[in-house]
Amino acid sequence: MPLQTVLAVIVLWLAIALLGIAFARNLRIVAKILFPLGAAGALVLAAAGFAATLGGTASLVLPLGLPDLPFHLRIDALSGFFLLLLGSVSAGVSVFASGYLRPGEGNAPGLQCLYYHVFLASMALVLVANDAYAFMVFWETMALSSYFLVVSDHAKAEIRSAGFLYILIAHVGAVAILLCFGVLQGGTGDYSFDAMRKVALTPFWGTIAFALALAGFGAKAGIVPLHVWLPEAHPAAPSPASALMSAVMLKTAVYGFLRVMFDLMGTQIWWWGVIVLAVGLATALYGVIFSAVQSDMKRLLAWSSIENIGFIFAGAGLAITFRAYEMRSLAALALTAMLYHSLNHGFFKSLLFLATGSVLHATRERSLGKLGGLIHRMPWVAWLALVGTLAIAGVPPLNGFVSEWLLLQAFLFTPGLPQNYLNMFIPVATAVVVLAAALAGYVMVKFYGVVFLGRPREEKLVDAHDAGPWEKAGLLWLAAGCVILGLLPVSVIDVIDQVNRQLLGQGLGNSSNWLFLAPIKPERSSYSPLLFLAVVALVVLATWYLVRHFYHGRVRRGPAWDCGFPFQTARMQDSAEGFGQPVRQVFEPFFRMRRELPSPEDRAPRYRVTVEDHLWHWLYLPIGRVTEFASTLVNKLQQGRISVYLLYSFLTLIVLLFLVR
Amino acid sequence: MALSLPSQFINLLAAMMLLIAFAMLSQRRVLTLINLFALQGLTLTLSTLLVAWATSQPHLYWSALITFLLKVLLLPWILHRLVRKLNVKWDIETLINIPMTMIVGIVLVILAFNLALPISALAGTITRSTLGIALAIVLLAFLMMITRSKAIPQVIGFLAMENGLFFAATSATYGMPMVVELGIALDVLVGMVILGVFFFQIREHFDSLDIRHLEKLKED
Repeated sequence: MPLQTVLAVIVLWLAIALLGIAFARNLRIVAKILFPLGAAGALVLAAAGFAATLGGTASLVLPLGLPDLPFHLRIDALSGFFLLLLGSVSAGVSVFASGYLRPGEGNAPGLQCLYYHVFLASMALVLVANDAYAFMVFWETMALSSYFLVVSDHAKAEIRSAGFLYILIAHVGAVAILLCFGVLQGGTGDYSFDAMRKVALTPFWGTIAFALALAGFGAKAGIVPLHVWLPEAHPAAPSPASALMSAVMLKTAVYGFLRVMFDLMGTQIWWWGVIVLAVGLATALYGVIFSAVQSDMKRLLAWSSIENIGFIFAGAGLAITFRAYEMRSLAALALTAMLYHSLNHGFFKSLLFLATGSVLHATRERSLGKLGGLIHRMPWVAWLALVGTLAIAGVPPLNGFVSEWLLLQAFLFTPGLPQNYLNMFIPVATAVVVLAAALAGYVMVKFYGVVFLGRPREEKLVDAHDAGPWEKAGLLWLAAGCVILGLLPVSVIDVIDQVNRQLLGQGLGNSSNWLFLAPIKPERSSYSPLLFLAVVALVVLATWYLVRHFYHGRVRRGPAWDCGFPFQTARMQDSAEGFGQPVRQVFEPFFRMRRELPSPEDRAPRYRVTVEDHLWHWLYLPIGRVTEFASTLVNKLQQGRISVYLLYSFLTLIVLLFLVR
Repeated sequence: MALSLPSQFINLLAAMMLLIAFAMLSQRRVLTLINLFALQGLTLTLSTLLVAWATSQPHLYWSALITFLLKVLLLPWILHRLVRKLNVKWDIETLINIPMTMIVGIVLVILAFNLALPISALAGTITRSTLGIALAIVLLAFLMMITRSKAIPQVIGFLAMENGLFFAATSATYGMPMVVELGIALDVLVGMVILGVFFFQIREHFDSLDIRHLEKLKED
């Protein structure tokens, strides 16, 4: 009964949301009872999602909604997998949030509780919706509740404008999705997903539906050029909210895209996949390059989310192309890679966002230039964040490596495609993937090194305190998820294979055993994280032993000038800007940079560099200007005189009367 | 073709209503305007009664009663009180001069008759010839709302428009269902109350009931 369990959890979440209003100002009840209860619900949801990936589909009609238009719900392997993601990630985030809520920060705790749990419930409902009407209602609920989470500190003007940008793009995306469903129903007038599955669209209308789906879900996921809201909204939101938005909400967009492309739409055309692939790669590269030059830690993570979404869409693009050519086992590989990456990104990105939240609470500082050396003050947060950092950088044996490796495998198997140009294009794409993955590693070295290593850059950092027990528990859960997903890829892929079977009618060739992951054939490529871990552990232990017993045994003398160390201050460390400088030089055309260089005579020299997004100036501002121009034209109608307004309706009436005759 | 006696009477009353509409359009004094409105209501009541009697539609008696209570007694009384309280007995200012308004009004009547012709041909009621007049009354009332610059005449225009609509309903289909009629009557009453409150607000803010002041509310 997975669907009933999911519904029960949703009802529980909504009840918690209402209780949150009842105890709006009571931090103790909200933080210590309601949020942990929500986390327990999330675990149940994850279990239900897991059960749904194994068992068959189930559907249900809720007696809610408009008269004659009830909500249809359905659970299958695809929604089960994403419910698993939602439940397992949000469990950790909710536990963390229990310790994170503070009085006097943004909205009252009860209101935060309301938005947070409505947000969770609406995401779960989006995943089980089975008609366009229900889907849109829940989708918009999700957008609105997350909007209120973003602007929870609404006293600040920049947070309000970030929220506005977010809701604006979310609505533009929602309109595209709505139109997409309008095309998908194919003139039957039946908006249930069951009816859409039966409609066979012509290539022309199929392409329109595809473009609308890519734009609509892409706006939510943050693909270039619809990504601009992410780096604004994520830093504005409280950390648990940004963790949820980045880790889970972006995945609902991925879910929606997969649902439309692989489930609802019967027709498939190979070049759709190429477009998705190109857009995904561009997004990945764009995201990672921008994340390398950020100096605000949450903004850095937001750009990194854009990069990861790019990877996920690239995988989806490959899967679409393979499927259109009926190469189903390769499509399954690409799909596995992207689903695995979605799950991984859910874990490590929420872990990192929550860690930045702890750092933010401990130091009141978001700017990388004013942090440093926190590993001594906050060892728990630092070590757990290290797990997330390594995972996102794609270092084996953690989870990020597995999915990136699978994605590269999918790319490397493409030469079998019956399309020459494509075969020439794919190696370039592979190179882009590798470049972006390497740069992601670079970004994470910067993030971790500047925040946690070295010496504190400010005096006040000495007072930083480690996270509380609830926060530690939340971080620990997510970090454990990263490790387990990394060490047990074969079991995870077994789950994902159920989704492949549902969407493609075929799973991966099962040539893996418990130790070795071999997606296609063992003789071509295989990977064993456990062996890898064992080797890494052996090497580390041996090195430690050698250094400890042989190297340190030697006589050491202190150098006379101490290598200049006595004169070294924390300011001499490599800064975030300094670390990102090579990337800024190499990829200069990508940025819109303004530098302020001090003159040699300046007594108080200042060096400042601001990096902006070209797309903002080339795409968004012109659109804004056109809109403004159009509205001044329309504004001329607006005279402010009642007589004139009456005249408008009078003339309309007369004209209509004439037409009706 | 000779018309039956009731239908001749109904035509007469319709003509009177149209005449009153023109009178209202040309009237410069607020108090007279209110009295004209009451008179129009009375004519409407009579014509409804006549239709009810001639076609033996019992629910139309109720409509007539409501019309009488609301439009002949209650609303004129409220308006009189408002005028006294707000002390706005003086002349009405128009945005277009009155002869011009009358000419536009005549054009509108011609238009309304032309528009109503095909509908009247379809309607099988004894009152069908009055549909054009009803439409003309609606349009004339609308015109009054547009051309007056003070708030009270505008409201009277609004109420007169409702008279026209009601007349159209009785003439085309022997009245609307009772529920709809009650709803509309209630709407008019509520609208009147809200506008009454609104008047006081407008006057408090601008020291006048001239709605041209509302232009200042527009954002630039």
